[in-house]
Amino acid sequence: MTVGELVCPAGTPAALRTAVDAGADAVYCGFQNATNARNFPGLNFTPEEMAEAVDYAHAKGAKVLLALNTFPPAGKFDLWREAAAMGVRFGVDAMIVADIGVAAAIREAHPDQRLHLSVQAAASSPEAIAYYVENFEIKRVVLPRILTIPEIRAIMTEIPCEIETFIFGNHGLMVEGRCSLTNYATGLSTNMDGVCSPASDVEYKREADGGMTTRLGEFTIDRFGPNETAGYPTICKGRYRAPARETGYYAFEEPVSLNLARLLPDLMAAGVHAFKIEGRQRSRAYVRQVVSNFRAAVDAIREGREPHLADLVALTEGQKESQGAFETKKWR
Amino acid sequence: MELTLAPIPYHWSRDDRRDFYASIADEAPVDTVVLGELICSKRAPFFEADLPDIAERLEAGGKRVIWSSLAEILLKRERKATDDLCAGDDGRIVEANNAAALRALAGKPHRVGPMMNVYNEETMTFLAAQGATHFSLPPELPRAGVAVMAQAARAAGLGVEVQAFGRASLAVSARCYHARAHGRTKDNCQFVCEEDPDGMPLSTMDGDPFLMVNGIQTLSRSYVNLAAHVPDMRALGVTALRLIPQRQDMVAVARVFADVAAGRIDGDEAAARLDAMQMDTPFSNGFWLGDAGFRRIARSA
Repeated sequence: MTVGELVCPAGTPAALRTAVDAGADAVYCGFQNATNARNFPGLNFTPEEMAEAVDYAHAKGAKVLLALNTFPPAGKFDLWREAAAMGVRFGVDAMIVADIGVAAAIREAHPDQRLHLSVQAAASSPEAIAYYVENFEIKRVVLPRILTIPEIRAIMTEIPCEIETFIFGNHGLMVEGRCSLTNYATGLSTNMDGVCSPASDVEYKREADGGMTTRLGEFTIDRFGPNETAGYPTICKGRYRAPARETGYYAFEEPVSLNLARLLPDLMAAGVHAFKIEGRQRSRAYVRQVVSNFRAAVDAIREGREPHLADLVALTEGQKESQGAFETKKWR
Repeated sequence: MELTLAPIPYHWSRDDRRDFYASIADEAPVDTVVLGELICSKRAPFFEADLPDIAERLEAGGKRVIWSSLAEILLKRERKATDDLCAGDDGRIVEANNAAALRALAGKPHRVGPMMNVYNEETMTFLAAQGATHFSLPPELPRAGVAVMAQAARAAGLGVEVQAFGRASLAVSARCYHARAHGRTKDNCQFVCEEDPDGMPLSTMDGDPFLMVNGIQTLSRSYVNLAAHVPDMRALGVTALRLIPQRQDMVAVARVFADVAAGRIDGDEAAARLDAMQMDTPFSNGFWLGDAGFRRIARSA
């Protein structure tokens, strides 16, 4: 069992090759449909592309993790079954699942297939993780981005599987897999359709004062002044008014990204098996830069050298960044 | 078709809870009442000592009492509470709202709550084999999915429940957004959520009402109201309607749903009777119709 395997995003075949070439130990990717949680136009893989991607990654010693991490609504389950069967045929190294029915169906049809538990399953306690390990022989759990390092350490001593934690990228606020905010505003579901804040429902509106209003469906998510940079409208990163906050505030979280570069040595010392870099929607240039920097840092720590954390920290410099929940419980 | 009254999602005072359940016990035509704390373990000490009496009173009123597990389990205290709740050999039935509870309940009869993401019959079948007998489906599952689930449930002799009234739970988090609005954290929240017994409203910067905050939970601003669709649900084989307690006359709400569930009134009349109650909150049925959840869409006759 290794420590600090780098699990990198591959939104497209080109991004996959870029991540592999930049030193990813594993890449995660999905098909072009609702079976994965980044079902965005222009992203993901056709069956042919997936087959080629697995060959490419394997030739370079990298693993491919297939994201099947959404929840099939009754009546549409066969799409997930077929995606799993294709993944087995192409030889993916593991499948990342969230739905109990999907996990059970893969266990039954493909008993030898390695399974990882997606963050979308929202398993945040040792007992919840054990439920999935015992029932579906889950080999690795992706922990929700809501735990502190001491909590991660404690969980690791109690569960019989590997642990993967998010280390860089979008900072998810809600318990993943239990969020239907997007569906409430747009009619597209994160859990069932793999869509969060779909571009088709996003609007940027220039105001008379030079400011910008961002909307999702019929709802204003944020309002930016002429000198502010307008962010993508995601409900949990929006600005709202509450009785105690009449002028508006980030009710859930500031629009920050997660960067655990400074905590990397601690996370490796804790024995975290794999680090997940978020960003299947990101450019190849971004993927190359982030992956190669984390590659160098993990290698340095493994070899007992001082990692150049400043380079990693600089990746989000100028933006707002956060160590999220990982550093302290005060986040809650 | 039965009626289930869900746990109170909000932090109501001890007196309010006692009064509420007294009136439910005596007057509300509901079959099942789910008791306990779903959202925040910090609230439980305020009222849990009263629960045995409340349960007794509800049972004396002819109600079946079910015990809810917490939706989010992180802390030692929460893990222990879940174990204790599920371990009992006293025949109490627990509604699992977290996989930790599913694990503790495997092998004995239990219910599965709406936080458990039962979206398909494969999940239902798997959980039923472990002892689950009744499934409260996620509020966002549209009619087409519910239809398939209800058919499968009927064949297997399982209960299928759909939320028919009250705010939809849209998200949960580890962070308390009530505390955050008041510049506090979850650990020093001072129970500020008690000030908002029907949730804390969030409006957009344009002033449009949008969401409601309840501690770590985010809810719809609108009350889901599927009164007009109850005859359709009955025809599909839905066995129970879930009503979420709101700061409204829940006895009157339950009467409307009991009447339409029993076929004493039709869907239009049920909808009209709820409209006539003039609640200060809009209704929605978008999720059921596969549309944006906040919408209220008139039925095409």
